[in-house]
Amino acid sequence: MSEEILTTQDLHLYYGEKEALKGINLNFDAKGITALIGPSGCGKSTYLRTLNRMNDLIPNVTITGTIKFKGENLYAPNADTVEIRKEIGMVFQQPNPFPFSIYDNVIYGLRIAGEKDKEKLDAVVEKSLRQAAVWDEVKDHLHESALALSGGQQQRVCIARVLAVSPEIILLDEPTSALDPVSSSQIEATLLNLRHDYTIIIVTHNLQQASRIADRTAFFMNGELVEVDQTKNIFMNPAKKQTEDYISGRFG
Amino acid sequence: MRRLFDDELAELDADFTEMGMLVSEVIQQAVDSFTNRDAVAAQQIIDQDHQINEREIALEKKTFEMIALYQPVTTDLREIVTILKAVSELERAGDHARNIAHATIKFGSKQKIPVLEQLLGQMGLLTTQMVKDVLTAYVNKDEDEARELAAVDRKLDQLNHQVRADSYEQMRLDPAFETGASIYLNVAQDLSRIGDYVTNVCEWIVYLKSGQIIELNSASQDGEG
Repeated sequence: MSEEILTTQDLHLYYGEKEALKGINLNFDAKGITALIGPSGCGKSTYLRTLNRMNDLIPNVTITGTIKFKGENLYAPNADTVEIRKEIGMVFQQPNPFPFSIYDNVIYGLRIAGEKDKEKLDAVVEKSLRQAAVWDEVKDHLHESALALSGGQQQRVCIARVLAVSPEIILLDEPTSALDPVSSSQIEATLLNLRHDYTIIIVTHNLQQASRIADRTAFFMNGELVEVDQTKNIFMNPAKKQTEDYISGRFG
Repeated sequence: MRRLFDDELAELDADFTEMGMLVSEVIQQAVDSFTNRDAVAAQQIIDQDHQINEREIALEKKTFEMIALYQPVTTDLREIVTILKAVSELERAGDHARNIAHATIKFGSKQKIPVLEQLLGQMGLLTTQMVKDVLTAYVNKDEDEARELAAVDRKLDQLNHQVRADSYEQMRLDPAFETGASIYLNVAQDLSRIGDYVTNVCEWIVYLKSGQIIELNSASQDGEG
């Protein structure tokens, strides 16, 4: 059995008065892909953002309950959000490269941390871009603007930027919904390669994407976790009727 | 771009071929056990029949999973459907091999009837070769070979009719032959049925390549099947 790297217990989140997460208990083993699915407004993205404290930036948010990364409370008063976001990186729906070169995008995190060794930085750039399966396409243009790349390439560079700081967990919030089918499959192939070394948690509206790539799938509805199981069980024989109705397209 | 689906499909394909080889071996052993009246070998076939059934179930389960998780279309769908359908045909062919093993034990040391021995020997050779050939056709996705194999099934049906006529003739000549002759009848029927199932596999190979669901040998289907 692999160890649990991330645990959430009785997690509630309120936007002002509105309760968006109603007591989520969900744990993640190290390595592999977990997909979070559910209708719009079900709380899956909100939940994802609690996992590296992205909701801190939103005013009027109250969070109760416990999230632990390797046994340490993420919301402890002395927790360092910069350190947390290094360990638990995030990729967003819209590719968001910084307006710099591809190279500078990838090493951004390391630069911030003060790394100056050129050889080391070069090595990290190549390794990260290779892991993100975009190296061959950009290796001759490393010092050109990342904004000149296609959406799919930008998104893979964004994944490389996360990988460059050696995270343990990668959170992805609908990373392919702004991309065409070919770019989407490239991202999926990239994630399938990364799942052996990283814990990947992905929010997706694309049920087929969840079924194609996720080892485990969690179904959210109305701020609650309805069901979590091996993906094949969720898609072939879910325990809850709500899950079955959603998966079969009867609502949502 | 290689997909996870491709890896799983390759694995499914290999497992199916492996099951085909197992069924082919068992049919060969069943034919040999009857030819040599080897009750020990026959009993082994009966004891090991569950292996084929277990493989069938495992392959079916895998295809269901792949359909649910990957929603395959076009060639991918046809490959999955071909395996899902053909695996049942193989399992049934295996059941007939087991019947032949039972017949071997039942025949015991009864007196052999040379004319029927000769006919069944011929059927046994044709059937075992046909099973081997259909696997080759499957592995090579060879639609032409699959279509040609249907001719062997027609030959098997003819021989089956011959065995039937000769068996009734033997029973008429000497009622003491009745039990023995009826066993020859059953074994010929089993071999003929294996030919039918192999032909069905051929039809699925044609479907795999062309997308056409066809009936090979529709006119020659054995009436007593």
